[in-house]
Amino acid sequence: MVRRFSNLISLKIKVMLKNYFKIAIAVLRRRKFFTFISLFGISFTLTILLVLTAFIDKVVGDNYPDRKRDRSLYITRMSQEGKGNINNGALSFYFLEHFTKVLKTPVKIAISSRPNGTNTYINDKKIAVNYKYTNAAYWDILEYDFLEGKAFGTKEIDNAAKVAVISEDMKHEYFGDIPSVTGKYIEADNVRYRVIGVVKNVPVTSYLTYSDIYLPYTVSKSDYKNKDYGGSFTGILLAPSKADMQKMHDEYEQMVKRVPMGNKMYDHIYTHADTYLAAYLDTGNENQSGVVLVLTVISVFVFLFMLLPTLNLVNINITRIMERSSEIGVRKAFGASSKTLVYQFIVENIILTLLGGLIGLILSVIVIYFINSLNLIANLELSINFMVLFVGLLICLFFGLLSGVYPAWRMSKLNVVTALKAQ
Amino acid sequence: MIQLQNIEKVYRTSTVETLALNSINLDIAKGEFLSIMGPSGCGKSTLLNIIGLLDAPSKGHIKIDDQKTEHLSDKQLAAFRNKKLGFIFQSYHLINDLQVLDNVELPLLYRASSAKERKMLASEALEKVGLANRVKHFPNQLSGGQKQRVAIARAIVGRPEIILADEPTGNLDSAMGSEILDILLQLNQRDGTTIVMVTHDENMAHKTHRLVRLFDGSQVQ
Repeated sequence: MVRRFSNLISLKIKVMLKNYFKIAIAVLRRRKFFTFISLFGISFTLTILLVLTAFIDKVVGDNYPDRKRDRSLYITRMSQEGKGNINNGALSFYFLEHFTKVLKTPVKIAISSRPNGTNTYINDKKIAVNYKYTNAAYWDILEYDFLEGKAFGTKEIDNAAKVAVISEDMKHEYFGDIPSVTGKYIEADNVRYRVIGVVKNVPVTSYLTYSDIYLPYTVSKSDYKNKDYGGSFTGILLAPSKADMQKMHDEYEQMVKRVPMGNKMYDHIYTHADTYLAAYLDTGNENQSGVVLVLTVISVFVFLFMLLPTLNLVNINITRIMERSSEIGVRKAFGASSKTLVYQFIVENIILTLLGGLIGLILSVIVIYFINSLNLIANLELSINFMVLFVGLLICLFFGLLSGVYPAWRMSKLNVVTALKAQ
Repeated sequence: MIQLQNIEKVYRTSTVETLALNSINLDIAKGEFLSIMGPSGCGKSTLLNIIGLLDAPSKGHIKIDDQKTEHLSDKQLAAFRNKKLGFIFQSYHLINDLQVLDNVELPLLYRASSAKERKMLASEALEKVGLANRVKHFPNQLSGGQKQRVAIARAIVGRPEIILADEPTGNLDSAMGSEILDILLQLNQRDGTTIVMVTHDENMAHKTHRLVRLFDGSQVQ
């Protein structure tokens, strides 16, 4: 008897669910304009969100080649300030080499110049090239993937050897499709360098480590022994462990305080050893953290971006449900309870949202495919962040439910006679 | 079958109090076909809605099939309506998004029945009203008379003991109107369904078993 009763209940639930689904599909198909607007709102918002986060994810989250990011502090900028004088920019090789040498915490210090642009010619074809000078420790701290050959070390640095590590793209562009280029010569800025290694590409957005050609700093034409503090170099300090990061940070701050003024024009020096994110987003303003600024901008942007279609959806949903008051009246007259009706509208909204999510996902895949294949941003391979998809869907679902359930609940509480008259 | 005792319905707004029904006492027997007549605004539809448990009276009691109805919850009322009552409205109230067959199946969705069973019962009901060939149409593809026949099929598909019809022929021309009345008469005679019908049409009212007249919320006949 009990079993029969429970079978009956489960049959009823099954019938209900199937029927909600059927009604939902019928409603969505019959009200094409409404469906289009809703789906467009949901999927377009999700697409923008997914592409945007794929971008941020790649730019900030991808840790090739600095895989020891959690143990590294980045020195990217120095500001020298005096009365009416401000000098803001990268640091000199001398400053990074001379003053960080005394630090006890870092196990290694990578120093490299910002990429310099030049043109080179091969078979009368002009190729734009970025080259970058590094020290030997650079190759120890940063874990580039070598496709062939190896990096230069202390010996090559000391001898000012004209050797180069090049990127995979540079190899193809300069030498064409040949299996190995180690030992061949590449020309940049009228100097011939012997290729000793080829590394996997780094996207241009990782500007601290991106380059086409990497050269020993000792071959630099500019004077790396110049004792000015400002220059074109950046540094990475490697701590022995994650736990030593704070200590290393503090030690650098203390050291900077003791540094004598290099130039009479200035009376203050500001430079910090920051985490990757903070260094990446450095605004150049001592008083404002780039991280806070960027996070605020992104949050406001996402909030506004989600808010507009949400309000729209809420509005459409309310109008749509009010339009269906006669249907609600009829269903109640023929035996639907208020609860059943609320469930029906919930299922309709869930189906709509999931459909929107699916379309959003497909659109994102297409957009990301095009961004990747058109190579709009050098070496940048975007991919979808499924966590964001999930959270985005959840947000849509939440607002979908909010916008659908509230009016549905109100309508379901309506007196049948009033609901029927509303037609 | 249906017993109304001292039914009173008062509509209140902040300034006015309107007495829509005033001490109505009515006994409707099982298998009876009753008409309610009266001028516009006399409370006919209000009375029908109260009988159909779509609206609650301000005072008085309603018993249907010996069951008191005033203390039933929303869920119990819904189940009761589903089982016992069928409604026919003047403006049909079909769901435009659904096909004829799905419209007719509607009352069966709120009880345990399989898709096959629902389809069978709905087809049977449509056959009874002569619309077996219109199952795949949408309501806006039908004429007024056809729409009302679909509405009748929907009202009878769950085999209720009572059918409440609120001016079922009000929107139809006289030929279609009498067709609809014939279907109702047949339901009453053949299946023994109790029918309460609100109408403006004297001729139709005279074809039913009994006529109740209302004037200004009170029963005058």
